[in-house]
Amino acid sequence: MAVQVLFFASLREAVGMTSLSCELSPSVANVGALRESLAARGGDWLALAPGRAVRAAVNQDMVDAAHPLRDGDEVAFFPPVTGG
Amino acid sequence: MSVSVQTQDFDVGIESSALTSGRSDCGALASFVGLVRGASDGVLAMTLEHYPGMTERALTAIETEARSRWKLGEVRIIHRIGRLLPGERIVFVGVTASHRHEAFAACAFIMDYLKTRAPFWKKEETPDGARWVDAREADDESAARWEKP
Repeated sequence: MAVQVLFFASLREAVGMTSLSCELSPSVANVGALRESLAARGGDWLALAPGRAVRAAVNQDMVDAAHPLRDGDEVAFFPPVTGG
Repeated sequence: MSVSVQTQDFDVGIESSALTSGRSDCGALASFVGLVRGASDGVLAMTLEHYPGMTERALTAIETEARSRWKLGEVRIIHRIGRLLPGERIVFVGVTASHRHEAFAACAFIMDYLKTRAPFWKKEETPDGARWVDAREADDESAARWEKP
């Protein structure tokens, strides 16, 4: 199963990329597990570590960590929004 | 289209007129204009980033939610992106309704939800360098007041 992961704002700057194609292992079944697997890379990826203020969207809808992932999903990670 | 995300400025008068032209069933127009707050905060400029696609989707969802709560006439949401200077307009929300209470409430609701649910991020340029604006708890509290019991 593969998903496209996008990063925005301070998180995009922290990880140094706007997007990433991810081949998921069977144990990575939801958004929270994907976030953990990326944070486990260490270094700049600790911006996604537990305790950091990170929001997620799947296919352009805001979701929580338990949201399941499906092949071809567009997943986005970003800090809390500050528009308006 | 009632939702726009754009780099260019907007004209408050033209937008307000467009909301009321051609219909006589609405007795109220409420609008809000957000501006870049500068000098006193040491902000020299601000750059707004967004999530293309999701932004339009989120704003449309907020309009739909507002329409489910109040009987509204026209709704217009404009949000600018890119680099803006202090005093420049960032956001316009305009709502028409039969009476003022619906118009005021829906306008405030749309702004509160936009601030917590629409994927925009502000980066400020200051004399000490650039910094991302942190989300404010007060904005979450403002949005929470619209939650249904």
